[in-house]
Amino acid sequence: MAGGVAVIAALPLPFPFELTFMQRALAAGLVVGVFAPLIGTFLVQKRMSLIGDGIGHIAFAGVGAGLLAGIYPVWTALTFAVGGALGIEWLRARRKAGGDLALALFFYSGIALGTVLASAQGGLGTSILGFLFGQPLTVDGTEMAVILALGAVVVGLVIALRRVLFAVVTDEDWSSVVGLPVRAMNALLAVLTAVAVVAAMQIVGILLIAALMVLPVATGQLLGRSFNGTLRIAVGVGVGSVIAGLTSARLWGLAPGGAIVLVAALVFLVVALLRHTIPGGLTMEVPER
Amino acid sequence: MRSVSHSAVPDAIIGEPLIEARGLSYAYGSTPVVDDVDLTVSRGEFVALVGPNGSGKSTLLRVLLGALRPSRGSVRLLGRPSSEVVDRWRIGYVPQRPTLAPDVPATVREIVMTGRLARRGWWRPLRSADVDAVGHALESVGLDDLADHPITQLSGGQQQRVFIARAFASEPELLVLDEPIAGIDAESQRRFRDSLVHLIGEHGAGVLLVSHELSAVADVIDRVVVLKRRVLFDGPPARLVDEGVSLGIHQEDLPLWLEGLR
Repeated sequence: MAGGVAVIAALPLPFPFELTFMQRALAAGLVVGVFAPLIGTFLVQKRMSLIGDGIGHIAFAGVGAGLLAGIYPVWTALTFAVGGALGIEWLRARRKAGGDLALALFFYSGIALGTVLASAQGGLGTSILGFLFGQPLTVDGTEMAVILALGAVVVGLVIALRRVLFAVVTDEDWSSVVGLPVRAMNALLAVLTAVAVVAAMQIVGILLIAALMVLPVATGQLLGRSFNGTLRIAVGVGVGSVIAGLTSARLWGLAPGGAIVLVAALVFLVVALLRHTIPGGLTMEVPER
Repeated sequence: MRSVSHSAVPDAIIGEPLIEARGLSYAYGSTPVVDDVDLTVSRGEFVALVGPNGSGKSTLLRVLLGALRPSRGSVRLLGRPSSEVVDRWRIGYVPQRPTLAPDVPATVREIVMTGRLARRGWWRPLRSADVDAVGHALESVGLDDLADHPITQLSGGQQQRVFIARAFASEPELLVLDEPIAGIDAESQRRFRDSLVHLIGEHGAGVLLVSHELSAVADVIDRVVVLKRRVLFDGPPARLVDEGVSLGIHQEDLPLWLEGLR
């Protein structure tokens, strides 16, 4: 994979991506720009738009625990995130707590535990802030390899299972009656979300990964006529936001993660306003199948 | 007297029980909702389940389908205890209220295709036979023109037909419908009736229909089951009529004809 990164770095891309660190940031951002909206389209249908953020905060507790115990924090973050995601799903599926209440329980416990653990080992260092807000311009070869491999797994699984995931997230009761694997698909989605958040957060930050799971999907829902169309538009907006966000970050010296999220939010705002003002609305015809 | 002829179905399978409930009870907390119900639906049979609002019809359906565990009694579904049924794709189900979110971004065809997914096996790719089956299902509810429209742009009655088509698409052996024709126009009700007749007559399916509106299907019903927490009546419609009750009565009238059954 290191060779692959070298190839990416050597590409003769135009400004603002002519520099190695910008190309790495672009490559990592593009992978997240594809897989975050892919997962997010299913999460939004499940009314779990905030789960990316919730799991991010649980992962944050995992980072604190790892730093305290002297374990590589990504592993503890992954353990916490997967456990938390399955816990949220367990609460939701058994209707012990509504989807948003289940999230809130884990969200606040996670961030509180993370803060306590981090302060126990000597305060909130820059490494912790890096996990929260990301450092896309300092991506190294290993991180690139992890995020590329993960992106491939997520995209492959979601495309292969998109029909059954669609059935389960849109109509869980009916899916159970006719024997579709409701629990397995919900658990898979929870684990995929957790793994995606942890793998991406060190590079792009919890804010960016969680935002890209939702904002492009919101635009996709406005423009798409079909579920497949919504998926494609969401991925398109995700990718476009990464490119435009990184470009503006380079041009005006902005925080890259924040710039990408702002572009995605702006796209939604513009599309929503246009839809509201253009007579007859604004939709993109998406050919089916 | 059978109302639907089973021309294309081997005699051996007609009458094979698809749902068998014995002494079934269900309570929410300490409030009994369904009490000591015996109910059988067999292959090739069209059973209508009726009763006033709050009589436990929807709860009974959920217990029968295994979504709720009975507090007493037993259910066998497709010949097995309902928790052990592995081939649930043989069941077609039309829920009472559309269970989709109001803003779900999906076309009619995408929703109906999920009915095929259950039958085909969710891990298998869909084939041209599946596309054809979806096309037939859409035609049978008169929605072929709207196949590629977003479901959110359809009226409530049209959306209900989408869920009926989703159930038809899986070519079910047991079809369970919870108030499927409320708010559907007369032409669509006629198509719906014809599709049920086809499913029962040509494929030997068994149908359990919960409805307040039986006039559209009155001539093809084999048995009517009147539920008011317990089963008050279970028999052919003619007998129900003999006992002073006519079919096609609206829900406001139901308590009246329940009086007649006491």
